[in-house]
Amino acid sequence: MSDITAPTGPKLRKKRGRILGNSGLIVAATVLGLITLMAIFAPFIAPHDPYAQTLDDRLIPPAFIDAEMADPRYLLGTDNLGRDYLSRLIYGARISLLIGLLTMLVSGVIGTVLGVAAGYFGGRVDTVVSFLITTRLSLPVVMVALAVVAVAGGSLQVVVLVLGLLLWDRFAVVMRSATMQLRNLEYVAAAQSVGCSTPRILVGEILPNLIPALVVVASYEMAQAILLEAALSFLGLGVQPPLPSWGLMVAEAKEVMLFDPWVILLPGLAICVLVLAINMLGDGIRDVTAPEGRS
Amino acid sequence: MSDQQPILELRNVVKRYSVGRGMFAPKRPLMAVGGVSLSVPRGQVLGLVGESGCGKSTLAKMVLGLETPTEGEVLIDGRPIAQLGRLERARLVQPVFQDPYSSLNPRKTIASIVGLPLAVHGEGSAAERETRVAEMLALVGLSPRHAAAYPSQLSGGQRQRVAIARALILKPQLLICDEPTSALDVSVQAQILNLLMDLQSRLGLTSLFISHNLAVVQMLATRVAVMYLGRVVEEGPTAEVMVRAQHPYSRGLLASVLTPDPRLGLPDTRLGSVFPDPLAPPPGCAFHPRCPLVFDRCKVEAPRLRNHQGASRAACHAAERDAAAMIPA
Amino acid sequence: MTTPVLDVKQLAVQIPVADGILHAVRDVTLTVARGETLCVVGESGCGKSLTSLAVMGLLPSSARRTAAHMRFAGEDLLDMTPRRLRELRGNRMAMIFQEPMTSLNPAWTIGDQLTEPFLRHGKGNRREATDRAVFLLERVGIAAAGRRLVQYPHELSGGLRQRVMIAMALMCGPDLILADEPTTALDVTIQAEILHLLAELQQEFGMGLLLVTHDLGIVARVAHRVAVMYAGEVVESGPTVTVFDEPRHPYTRGLIDCIPIPARSRPGVPLGTIPGLVPSLVGGIEGCAFRERCAFATEPCARPVPVVTGAEDHAWRCILPAAVPSLLENPA
Repeated sequence: MSDITAPTGPKLRKKRGRILGNSGLIVAATVLGLITLMAIFAPFIAPHDPYAQTLDDRLIPPAFIDAEMADPRYLLGTDNLGRDYLSRLIYGARISLLIGLLTMLVSGVIGTVLGVAAGYFGGRVDTVVSFLITTRLSLPVVMVALAVVAVAGGSLQVVVLVLGLLLWDRFAVVMRSATMQLRNLEYVAAAQSVGCSTPRILVGEILPNLIPALVVVASYEMAQAILLEAALSFLGLGVQPPLPSWGLMVAEAKEVMLFDPWVILLPGLAICVLVLAINMLGDGIRDVTAPEGRS
Repeated sequence: MSDQQPILELRNVVKRYSVGRGMFAPKRPLMAVGGVSLSVPRGQVLGLVGESGCGKSTLAKMVLGLETPTEGEVLIDGRPIAQLGRLERARLVQPVFQDPYSSLNPRKTIASIVGLPLAVHGEGSAAERETRVAEMLALVGLSPRHAAAYPSQLSGGQRQRVAIARALILKPQLLICDEPTSALDVSVQAQILNLLMDLQSRLGLTSLFISHNLAVVQMLATRVAVMYLGRVVEEGPTAEVMVRAQHPYSRGLLASVLTPDPRLGLPDTRLGSVFPDPLAPPPGCAFHPRCPLVFDRCKVEAPRLRNHQGASRAACHAAERDAAAMIPA
Repeated sequence: MTTPVLDVKQLAVQIPVADGILHAVRDVTLTVARGETLCVVGESGCGKSLTSLAVMGLLPSSARRTAAHMRFAGEDLLDMTPRRLRELRGNRMAMIFQEPMTSLNPAWTIGDQLTEPFLRHGKGNRREATDRAVFLLERVGIAAAGRRLVQYPHELSGGLRQRVMIAMALMCGPDLILADEPTTALDVTIQAEILHLLAELQQEFGMGLLLVTHDLGIVARVAHRVAVMYAGEVVESGPTVTVFDEPRHPYTRGLIDCIPIPARSRPGVPLGTIPGLVPSLVGGIEGCAFRERCAFATEPCARPVPVVTGAEDHAWRCILPAAVPSLLENPA
């Protein structure tokens, strides 16, 4: 018997090649990495206190908008209360990423647990979970979020909780169907025959194979949460001032939008870039980790 | 030998499913396995032959404890499988499945796939497990280098060797092979059959070997059972069934094995190709609509599996009539 | 000598993959005469299915097809307009696939699917189409053919669906049928029936039949001539009896020896095997592709191996001077 090939060496190189060959993934990871670093080290990077108002220096434009009016102390200008715009954007990244991550975690845990349970056990569990999913899908996210926040009052915690409890449906739907496919594969039957307990099968055999799908849904939901937070804050029902949320910055800028459009442009652009980067990263990771070899 | 208790014993095992035909139609019973009694003594291989939908895979799942029989009992080493714990059962019986592309978790290394049973049963230290895994890989003809590889890096034949290593590492009393070579190329099938034959003679395995191909089964099996629509229609020593099959279905199956002999034309199995609806099995003998020997009795009375001549049993009215008509020598 | 219905010379199919170019089919030469069955046999990945897809012009769009010529009844398929090709496909050359469930459209009735090519190719009116469909369904052994016409594919069993596929291929009276593993998805007792049917109809209608399979048993029983493929090449071809009796390529011999045969193979007597793995076809291969696995390989095998032609069109791609003997203990 000599049907043997040497495997391991080229495999790693192949994977590295696949990562480097995916330019979208590289760009997205770089952008996201920079934004994350910016958020973590905000106190060291930000040139000014994001809350400090200098009423004399209101609405100074950045140099690339109006070189004459620009002030070298404020790289991206100041808002209508004279706060440094660059510093507020840097601190704003913290809020966006925090809300995105926490919401994704809350909704991811809820949706994955429900979806995997429904897909693996089927029967009555599946009926109940499917009913929950249908119920959740019949609720309009923005309306419910607005109503709850209006009653409970807007704060970071409330926003995360409300969005987390609303955005689990996609996790549940995707995990449910993926688990249904996996549980019929022979390696699950083999694990059962070997004597694995159900939790061990779920964690050891099912979950690792759900990760590619999980990454894609998670990235999508994180982007979704960031957009929703911006929308809620824009409507005054999300994060409350003076916290520098990007959505809130757009809201504050809309009063001066006609005279100084750049004030609304900068946080809007920031939201765009962040959401795009997260989605591209999710797609890229899915492509790289897609099951290889014969199917 | 005769007073030794069999490793596997099936006592009138029945499995019924209820099948829905749409939201508002009432569910109908599907008899996947309709009363099968078989036994496999220690060190022997029972070949289970039949076509898709005959219930052979459902039977395998019941022996593995993945499905529970609706009626009847499955005993392994004299103990009813229903009373065994998860871990106890795993020590007694292990499977090798058909498709080596879906029977191995693509996210695990070969070493962790083969070592999983040891880890689940908490056997040995990490170092001892590693040694056992290496021994098993060598036993099935894989090199130690394969331990760190992932399933996608192996060929179909190599994957099936991994599945065999995983099944044997706990030294089970009984091995269930469910179509272990039918997803493989012919040259790879030969390698796997040779490996199973070799392991059989070296380790004295007891096993249930399931296939649709009689030519494959007879390589390994000491006895053969032929199933049709959930029932065993013939059972006996391999050589006898291969040479003097008594049931017309067994003869048809045997005739439909296409040997690579260019001087023989296509066989005439005389079976027709109308496979009955398992939801509405024909009355009497389930095989009678396809049977070339059918007579009136077959349409009303289901034949029972009994001995007519030689050492094998067949469920066939025609075989019974012919045996009775023979003048004793 | 009459024009063969299919005449392919030096067909090559190349598919770009992540790490280079996959030479999936290399220098394949085949002919199929009217009323003749040619079996293309080989293991998975040998290029046999791609060869038949290349003939039909149904390769994936990334694949590149080249050939010296590829004539269908004297007409070259290579420089044919897409319009002309569509006229031929499903009309004068038809294909039968492995999986009858996925190759029948679940949304259409059997009758619709049978009459559609007949009407599209302007063979007659709807009434004639229905008559022919009923005639062919009865011919392929389907009882109550008129009633089947209004049924949907899911209402038929696998064996019946494959019969419908055969009837569909015959609707326009083709000159050539390409069948790719037509019985692999079927039960063994039904396989023999379907093969019977194919062989019978082929004689009756005088069609050429190119049958792609992995099963040497099928080849032995139905083929007039056989082409054994390995690693994208035809390594041996010729009349079926000659190739089985006196295989000139060690791979052909290996394939024959590894088939279990009732009453000959016995428990404890190992089957013949072919050691090693199929080489990667990415980037192409120098010399004999089988030499790494061959018990007879010598130093000249590393150089390009010419095709040797013997009596009766028996041809092989090997430098061995005589037929390859069986290495089994008790050969036939």
